[in-house]
Amino acid sequence: MIGARSLDAILFLALPLVVLYAMAADQPFTITLATKVAIFALAGTGLNIALGLGGLVSLGHAIFFGIGGYAMGILASHAQSYTPLLESPFLIEGTKSMPLIWLTAMSAGALAALLIGALSLRTSGVYFIMITLAFGQMFYYFAISWPAYGGEDGLPIYLRNSFPGLDTLDPAQFFALAFALLALALLFAARLAHAPFGLALSAARQSESRAIAAGLSPYRLRLAAFTLSGAITALAGALYADLNRFVSPAMLSWQTSGEIMIFVILGGVGRLFGPLAGAALYILMEQSLGQFTEFWQIPLGLVLLAVVLFARGGLIGLLARSEREGENG
Amino acid sequence: MSALLKLENVTAAYGRAEALFGVSLEIGAGETLALLGRNGMGKSTTIRVICRLLRESGGRVRFAGRDLAPLPPHRAARLGIGLVPEGRRVFATLTVRENLIAAARPGPWDQARVEALFPRLAERRDQRAATLSGGEQQMLAIGRALMTNPRLLILDEATEGLAPVVRAEIWAALSALRGESEMALLVVDKSLRELGRIASRAVILEKGRSVWSGPIGEITPALAHRHLGL
Repeated sequence: MIGARSLDAILFLALPLVVLYAMAADQPFTITLATKVAIFALAGTGLNIALGLGGLVSLGHAIFFGIGGYAMGILASHAQSYTPLLESPFLIEGTKSMPLIWLTAMSAGALAALLIGALSLRTSGVYFIMITLAFGQMFYYFAISWPAYGGEDGLPIYLRNSFPGLDTLDPAQFFALAFALLALALLFAARLAHAPFGLALSAARQSESRAIAAGLSPYRLRLAAFTLSGAITALAGALYADLNRFVSPAMLSWQTSGEIMIFVILGGVGRLFGPLAGAALYILMEQSLGQFTEFWQIPLGLVLLAVVLFARGGLIGLLARSEREGENG
Repeated sequence: MSALLKLENVTAAYGRAEALFGVSLEIGAGETLALLGRNGMGKSTTIRVICRLLRESGGRVRFAGRDLAPLPPHRAARLGIGLVPEGRRVFATLTVRENLIAAARPGPWDQARVEALFPRLAERRDQRAATLSGGEQQMLAIGRALMTNPRLLILDEATEGLAPVVRAEIWAALSALRGESEMALLVVDKSLRELGRIASRAVILEKGRSVWSGPIGEITPALAHRHLGL
């Protein structure tokens, strides 16, 4: 057993070390896998703010992941076809600039989360799970029936978007971008968890009535957390679409929502580095077991079952000495 | 003295089960009022109504001249009603310091002042609340309520189930509070002797009604026996 902080540091540094090894061994595919881990961990970090800090079991986070993906796809497709996105009442053109795409993705994700949260958060427990799932299915079927942007076939983007000073087509440089954004999101989540807002959110998760008696509004706290969570998950979606240079309704499916939740649960709900551990384990299992069987998700299901039954602190809780179970940090 | 909190003939029910049949009481700014009664007579229900955790079905609740009826519970707390609930309700996974700052609002009470009132909290500042003793958890619950800088602090059975030495510490802190601030106190407790040292007036509830109110020193043994079973 090692300390949770040491384990966090090892986990965090392992990813760039894997990339450095892959660069030396000339294995670009491994770099792509590491990038995928970073992006999934970013999506999980978003969900972890709602789930880990706020106790909100959202089965609709694929909405924000997909919105981020489509924000990238729509802006990039208009840029590559030199057609404006909107001509009237004012001109909006597409863009291949990653910072602009990220900003758009996060704004759209936050807005969607704000609207969906404003309605969903009036419910709780199983009703909240069901209403977020229902919103997810609405977005999924909307994307399927939206022929302008590929409908069911999805929307391919032929060139990766650009970032000033970087060759984003180079796998290592694209990884560096994704990893830097993950690091920023983790830093933000850590600061948030220990700021009065995060503490109040955590307090409302532990006891709604006690929080209310202290003058806190659980609804507003949760809505703010859900909005932040949506923005971060949308950023991950934009990166994921850029990694694949493709966006499709699958990004909005309930299975994607389930996968993002699996990253968080596998690593440890509420643990800052839990989504990173969960995403890494998920990709490792997919790659190692996937070579032998297309049913690799059966052993994944067993692992998930074992974590839920025997290791409530997730992978990090299992490997590390307990410092502060159930808390970000 | 103008009333900070005024309950006029308040009735309330849990679903169909009526719990309050007409409670009236008044607390002035800076005053300490003891709310007395045997178990099940409506003390905690009255507190829930004041904190808006339960809506009254009749009567009126006014705080600082404002009708509380339309306010959601967290807004009532923000107006300046602080509650130390029964049963040492702290946020278990947060540290002592985090419990204090989670709901803090600007005002004369800050972490340093709370720690000066309860030095034990300063010693345990970075310890998780769940690992504190019962007495320390109660000090933390009081400290957390003080950090919201209330104009009225309500203590519901704050010393129940605590060791005598810890109870003495809590009562000493409440006496200090009364002496050094303009905050009004509404205290529910079984210890009439201790209440007599900090409260100026008392209201006795029986079967959901306020049946007696007056200076706490005027509670005669016969009255205490009849209404409080003492």
